[in-house]
Amino acid sequence: MTVTKTDNTPVTTASTTSADETEPVGSTRAERLSALVQQHGALAVLVIVSVIASFSFDSFATSDNVTNMATSSAFLAIVALGMTFVIITGGIDLSVGSLFALGGVLAAWGSRHGTLVALLLPLGVCGLIGVVNGLLVARSRLAPFIVTLAAMLGARGLMLSLTDEGANTYLIAKGSFLAELGQGTTLGVGNPVWLMLALFVAGAVVLRRTRFGQHVYAVGGNEDAAALMGAPVARTKILVYTLSGLLAGLAGALNAAWLASGVTILGNGMELEAISAVVIGGTLLTGGLGYVSGSLVGVLLLKVIQNVINQIGSLDSSYQQVVSGAFLALVVIAQTYLGRRRQLV
Amino acid sequence: MAEATVRTAAPLDKARILQWLQTYGVYAGVALLLIVNIVITPHFLSAENFRTQAVQVAPVIIVALGMALVIGTEGVDLSVGAVMALAASVLALYLGYGLLPALIAVALFAAVAGLANGALVALLGVQPIVATLALMVGGRGIALVMLPQLEDLHNPSLASLGSGDIVGVPYLILIAAALAVLIAFVVRRTTFGRQLLAIGDSRPAAQLAGLPVRRVLMVVYVVSGLLAAVAGVLATARLQASDPTSLGNLMELSAITAVVVGGTPLTGGRISIGGTVAGAVLIQLLTATLIKHDLPPSWTQIAQAIVIVCAVYAARGRGKR
Repeated sequence: MTVTKTDNTPVTTASTTSADETEPVGSTRAERLSALVQQHGALAVLVIVSVIASFSFDSFATSDNVTNMATSSAFLAIVALGMTFVIITGGIDLSVGSLFALGGVLAAWGSRHGTLVALLLPLGVCGLIGVVNGLLVARSRLAPFIVTLAAMLGARGLMLSLTDEGANTYLIAKGSFLAELGQGTTLGVGNPVWLMLALFVAGAVVLRRTRFGQHVYAVGGNEDAAALMGAPVARTKILVYTLSGLLAGLAGALNAAWLASGVTILGNGMELEAISAVVIGGTLLTGGLGYVSGSLVGVLLLKVIQNVINQIGSLDSSYQQVVSGAFLALVVIAQTYLGRRRQLV
Repeated sequence: MAEATVRTAAPLDKARILQWLQTYGVYAGVALLLIVNIVITPHFLSAENFRTQAVQVAPVIIVALGMALVIGTEGVDLSVGAVMALAASVLALYLGYGLLPALIAVALFAAVAGLANGALVALLGVQPIVATLALMVGGRGIALVMLPQLEDLHNPSLASLGSGDIVGVPYLILIAAALAVLIAFVVRRTTFGRQLLAIGDSRPAAQLAGLPVRRVLMVVYVVSGLLAAVAGVLATARLQASDPTSLGNLMELSAITAVVVGGTPLTGGRISIGGTVAGAVLIQLLTATLIKHDLPPSWTQIAQAIVIVCAVYAARGRGKR
């Protein structure tokens, strides 16, 4: 009920868990340092790992390998972009992996009716599921993780029933515009990568420069305060879940175009990868603070680690899960430590 | 501070119906499914069928018991499936020394996994979803590093654990039932149970009241890990093979569903053990019904999704008042 505390602009309130925390305006040096680590720590690690990898493995820094990594990162990055918005509002979206698979199958199924259908169908269906997620979270006030968990099950069920329980793989015809969108390159870089970059620039602008972006931070920082300020809390939440559904569907469609088929076994565990990438990128799971650019760095870091493990031929690919899990735990511990420090200072 | 919880002048009847549904809906659902099946499903009323269903649901019940405790503290444990896989791997690795040493090794690993979760949640104050997410990703990786592929296990005592019975009741069912009674007793009749619920109701208040918040949380996550390991061992014993790749996949989902459908609110502070067991049985019956009538498995997932949303919707606004 204290309106006085809401006069900080939402973007700068890096408020963590407690609602009645007032941030000192003049930052101390320790505080600035911890903010710097929070925002750019992942980038530093990415650079270090990449430099070490390119010295250790001859095949790491080749243009083939880099192009490959970039393209395979693009799909996860698009999913992580939507997840960033959701997590900044303090929510979570576990349905993205299923929506990714569903989007791919719908795109491949729709591709026989032309590219427009192949793109609009996944966007429409996945967007609609996102809207339902948002409505249940925002209007019915159900816990985001259980709502999106149900959506994860439901969307995968829908995808399986579309493909005769996964037995049927729809193909995308060669030479169609959709296939070109997924497989073609512009200036030597794959089209999905360009699309992903464009989406990230748009995402960053929306988050930083629009009223909607301000509302996203405000809702995540302190929902009650945001409501008292007159921010449309419910609408903002519905929009972020819709956005996340749309982007997951789009990523799935692009992935299908890249693979030239709607593979049904994809997207399992993708929600975890996306969440890890977002958290590694410095976005707080408690909401109110986060960076679109950080999520991109997080995705790249995960993919580089994966690539390095693949380069070490003797290591089984299950080491990748171990490393990802350990890395996630480390980042979370570091974030908690930094966050607590900032509160104490 | 009460705008969120007070819904203005909703008709009392509706609130009462919702409340009734939340507490007893799951039992009504089980009864309804039983009756429907007896009427429409051929050969449903056979001891053999009941045995099959019960043996299938036993591991889910055991995991869900631990999950209910964790959810009662306003937490969640996403790592249970990974811990099941870990248990299967460790069991396979140490079975050469005999069943008992292998079981001790499994218990140690599971306790360490639970301690890791508990330390992140209780000592560092990390959100439970993220804290257990790390082990969910990493745990299965560790399991696969230890045992990269399916391994057949030939151990007579393990085999009898998985398929043996006492007067026709399989060990699996007896163990699940015993654990359910034990956990229900702990929740209702012990100081630990009271403390656990108090923490779930309000962690700051519990702290101020001088309860050992950290210790209770640590124990809860360790218990959840141990129960997941028990389920992993039993499932492995039934398969007579250790399968770290797929054992326990999506188990966290089934367990959370059972708990939530059973009327335990995600907001903590209340636990219904009877409801949790009934919730697991309800999902099992639903799946069995759809499969017996030749509906594709994908329909089961959609049906399960709808049941979850309905259950959470019915539970909304309850729990903490």
